[in-house]
Amino acid sequence: MTSHPPVQDWATDFDHTDPGWVADPYPIWDELRRGCPVAHSDRYGGTWLPLTHELVSEVAYDSEHFTSRSVVVSERPPGDDAPPAPIGVAPPITSDPPFHKVVRQMLLPAFTPKPIAAIEPFTRQVCRDLLAATEGLAATGGRASFDAATEYAQHIPVRVIVKFLGFPVEDAGIFRRFIRHVLEDVDLPPQQRGAMFTDIDAYIDTQIEDHVAHPRDDLTSFLLQAEIDGAKLSRDHVRGTLLLMMIAGIDTTWSAIGASLWHLARHPADRARLAAHEPGLMDTAVEELLRAYAPVTMARIVTKDFDFHGHPLKEGNWVLLPFPAANRDPAVFDDPAVVRLDRVSNRHAAFGLGRHRCLGSNLARMELRVALQEWLARYPDFELADPAAVTWSVGQVRGPRTLPVTVGPVTGTVG
Amino acid sequence: MPAPAFRVHVDAEKCQGHNRCYAIAPDLFDLDDLGMSSAAGDGAVPQDRLTQARLAVTNCPEYAISLTEPAGPAEQPERAEPVEATEVQP
Repeated sequence: MTSHPPVQDWATDFDHTDPGWVADPYPIWDELRRGCPVAHSDRYGGTWLPLTHELVSEVAYDSEHFTSRSVVVSERPPGDDAPPAPIGVAPPITSDPPFHKVVRQMLLPAFTPKPIAAIEPFTRQVCRDLLAATEGLAATGGRASFDAATEYAQHIPVRVIVKFLGFPVEDAGIFRRFIRHVLEDVDLPPQQRGAMFTDIDAYIDTQIEDHVAHPRDDLTSFLLQAEIDGAKLSRDHVRGTLLLMMIAGIDTTWSAIGASLWHLARHPADRARLAAHEPGLMDTAVEELLRAYAPVTMARIVTKDFDFHGHPLKEGNWVLLPFPAANRDPAVFDDPAVVRLDRVSNRHAAFGLGRHRCLGSNLARMELRVALQEWLARYPDFELADPAAVTWSVGQVRGPRTLPVTVGPVTGTVG
Repeated sequence: MPAPAFRVHVDAEKCQGHNRCYAIAPDLFDLDDLGMSSAAGDGAVPQDRLTQARLAVTNCPEYAISLTEPAGPAEQPERAEPVEATEVQP
């Protein structure tokens, strides 16, 4: 949904919530990259969009001219004294140096390959349970088609994050509503948008209180016990980091799994090749699917007026950081529009670049790999049930939100 | 037995812990508690692991890894140069 007028010209009036961008942003980015390659729009109080890998990298590495104080572009006035972030203060993603480093280093050990490998069996079981449920639907209801986005992909990161944080598993629906609001309702008036954040904060506070009363082995209890320079973290800090885990850990991975299934549903040769267990192929395929369908576009705020390659950036302007566009820059990737599952050299930036590299990248990768392995083991053959019914998310996280597929050998007699 | 000709090196200033090198060649790289990478041991690359070492270089998103011959220049593609070696099989 969008309340904004249609985009007239992508180079001077772009809007990442426009239906054209939502449906298929790649041709828009390719044309802008060849022409601009830094687009500007007066929307959201002034927004810039660099399109090349080189320029996206430059912004990502420059915390002097670009602050991470807010990373979700929305309708708030992006002035210096505006509320610090549309998603509240969510450290460390909304932190700058030097505070950023301290907070990030506290969290990094929980996301290295070893602890992530430890939750792979749980993740695999989640995938198997979800697939068993879809098979039941098909068998008992005569239904050979179901929505792979809402009945499979979505639930995997939700259940993993719920376990990680130690939140009630039955609250998954509440999670979804909050996240959708934060990431997709970015064009609402600030007051309307702000009210929802009050609800989210109240929900997280309830979970924090429960952990204060009943400490256990999860990230919430870890944050409540953690110290920086001998002092416990403030309640705002703990709440902000928990919010970050919910926002950053769910829609992103859901999107990557969904987009990968969308690709495989439309490419029988890739599907067959992956299902055949060619040695090493799943590893390169996961990276290639992340490159081609990178879900996350980040954002920064300009800290001071300055000239950026001939463009007059103003303090308080937004800058979108389209890592998915950087991943399709022909200066860095051969045939960037082509998905090659065996692309062995692949410096993709799906998890960002520089100090804010996605904290959960090992977790996301593991979830995507396991989700595809288990899906292909159960449904090696599948296709889109109705290509026109596929819908995509709005905003800075891109992935299918409706993905009807038909599974199994299609006999034509089902239904 | 002659010393291996090639060595990998990780620029600690550039490494952000993507762990791509470690996934490709866990024998050639060590990760610290924060997930940051460094060359295993003295960085020496056995002849039969040279392909993996090159792939570690060409998959690092931060351009943090280089491969050197003791007498030669670093094998590190310039930024923004089209990626090569896409035909190499892992």
